[in-house]
Amino acid sequence: MDPAQFFAASRVLIVAGKGGVGKSTVSAALARAAARAGLSTLIVEIEGKSGINGLFGRPPLGYEESVLHPGGGPEGAADVRGRLLTPDDALLEYLEDHGLHRVTRRLLSGGALDVVSTAVPGIRDILVLGKVKQLERGGAADLIVLDAPAAGHAITFLRSARGLVDAARVGPINTQAAEVLEMLTDPARCQVVLVTLPEETPVNELVDTAYSLEDEVGVSLGPVVVNARYPALAGLDGDPAALAAGTHPRPGPGEVAAMAEAAAFRAHRAALQGEQVARLAAALPLPQLVLPYLFSTDLGLLELEQLADVALEGIADLEALPDR
Amino acid sequence: MTPAPSPLTPHPPSDDPLGRLLDERAVVVCTGSGGVGKTTTAAVLAMEAAHRGRRACVVTIDPARRLADAMGLDGLTDVPARVEGPWSGELWATMLDTKATFDALVRARAGSPEQAERILANRFYRNISGSLSGTQEYMAMEKLYQLHGEDGFDLVVVDTPPTRNALDFLEAPRRLTRLLDHRLYRLLVSPGRGLGRAVNVAAQTFLRTVSRVVGAEVVDDAIEFFAAFEGMEDGFRARAGAVVDLLESEETAFVLVTAPRRDVVEEATYFADRLAEAGIAVRALVVNRVHPRFGEASPAVARQRAAALAGTPLEPFARNLADFAAVAATEDGHLEGLTGRVAPAPVVRVPFLDTDVHDLGGLDRIAAHLFPDAARRAGAAAPSGPADGADPTP
Repeated sequence: MDPAQFFAASRVLIVAGKGGVGKSTVSAALARAAARAGLSTLIVEIEGKSGINGLFGRPPLGYEESVLHPGGGPEGAADVRGRLLTPDDALLEYLEDHGLHRVTRRLLSGGALDVVSTAVPGIRDILVLGKVKQLERGGAADLIVLDAPAAGHAITFLRSARGLVDAARVGPINTQAAEVLEMLTDPARCQVVLVTLPEETPVNELVDTAYSLEDEVGVSLGPVVVNARYPALAGLDGDPAALAAGTHPRPGPGEVAAMAEAAAFRAHRAALQGEQVARLAAALPLPQLVLPYLFSTDLGLLELEQLADVALEGIADLEALPDR
Repeated sequence: MTPAPSPLTPHPPSDDPLGRLLDERAVVVCTGSGGVGKTTTAAVLAMEAAHRGRRACVVTIDPARRLADAMGLDGLTDVPARVEGPWSGELWATMLDTKATFDALVRARAGSPEQAERILANRFYRNISGSLSGTQEYMAMEKLYQLHGEDGFDLVVVDTPPTRNALDFLEAPRRLTRLLDHRLYRLLVSPGRGLGRAVNVAAQTFLRTVSRVVGAEVVDDAIEFFAAFEGMEDGFRARAGAVVDLLESEETAFVLVTAPRRDVVEEATYFADRLAEAGIAVRALVVNRVHPRFGEASPAVARQRAAALAGTPLEPFARNLADFAAVAATEDGHLEGLTGRVAPAPVVRVPFLDTDVHDLGGLDRIAAHLFPDAARRAGAAAPSGPADGADPTP
């Protein structure tokens, strides 16, 4: 389907996955792909230290928005911007917005937010999601990409709204939670993209998470992203020792042995990855976007652009989504 | 580092630095960020300790179902279960149940059963035991302390929650006592006692605000909880102090687990720095999911070879070799700083494994990369030289 149409399907894209699957890299690649499709894009980071800024070659994100990748270029891309939203900042802003600014920063430091969040579990999450909802309603960008907390926290994080609607039965927090839940469960406003590696445990956990999110939160799931799959490399199926005989310059026996071992290793891992991708497809009826493992070097702007290329191609190959 | 003859057969360090830790220490804490194989590493360490004749218990935080399956257990509970296997010692496994551990702690510290029940029934307490940041870390350490002291295991191997802050589990025991000492709480329990007027006013404002935001019943629950808790603070504080003392003592060894990816190594480096600031040495670095090294060519040489072989049927093979040479160099580059940071701690590398761990044999295959004894059991090649950065005079 048309990438611009794909990214315009909902204004908020929540990218979630367990630690180590490259969730932040995927967030950055999707954001850049959306910007290249013409949508102004805002990445919202929650925990800091995600490394997203490094991918764009920029200093760490702060509470104030900053440009991660300016638009322009032959495609007429839009900007990618980013900001860091911590629960403490969100709480302060929330209190100020609600005329409760007499609470001083001094009280909020020194563990007072711990007091409140102990009394009302999930309040940190709802404050952050509430802020995202405010950005969404205010039209802060055509697309907001939320780099969700890692690990099992994604479910807790997204479940906080439903929990709080029940727990805080009255008051502004209840209103806030209800409004966040409305956003999360409206496929025209918000979708969740789950990220995995083509490996057994991450695939299992993704499948569990997908069903939990649909059943317990009622979010709409976009395509799943399979990150870091070895790209196909043709011509690796022969025997290098036999092939070496007629080759000029003829490689030494050590080199030939290394070639054979490396080719066997790659073929073996690629086959295992293929099995996991197939297993994921069988277990979860969602379209897949596959991003390649980049052998080259550290991930930076160049690699990010490569990943955005692949993402755009993958999205173009997706079937148009059925009407919801 | 001398290149191994074949990159796929295990070559654990011959001087066995991890084995010595298992023999000498009473507690091993596996720390590191999420998704780097920490839980599996903890299980492998405990199993190897059992092979070395020790009575070992592994505590896992959030095990994948398959780890219990792999150990032949019908699920894991917070009561240690014995794992049968071909070892001379004992292997036990348990899973942390944060709430059950906290409940037990309250029961043990309460002045009377009635006080315990009052606390356990309080909604604010139920929130604390489920959601206060650091509670899981604290209870992991509390559990470890019980298994070490009261249950008499020779060795307890604990896997830590995937926190962003390596010190959470050191700070967590103190965090709860700090919460109990928080001036807001003191105020809740006995308004006006020993507090300056200014603080009092600010705190009262804060409480009113909290009431307006989340509802008055939340504040009432909190007041009730702190009233019920009255008198137990000292016992909690003493216990928290004992737990921290154990973690900081020579009986405990910290093993940092990581993978050779940049982001993960950055987190591990941050962990190592924070531990160093707290005066805690990392005793070993385990690097999981390392790509194998094929041949000895540098990335530049490998690329030149690929260019020289362009157009021949060997070109894809040479390009593939260059891909892996680049990965190997990148991984080494990532690890270099961290290796220096944790020196003289030994660094042990575990390559990508073919499959996940499904049985004890799977744990054995990992062990073969960590321990010479395990490599011999697996009938693998002779161990290689000492681990990177290993101190030759232990």
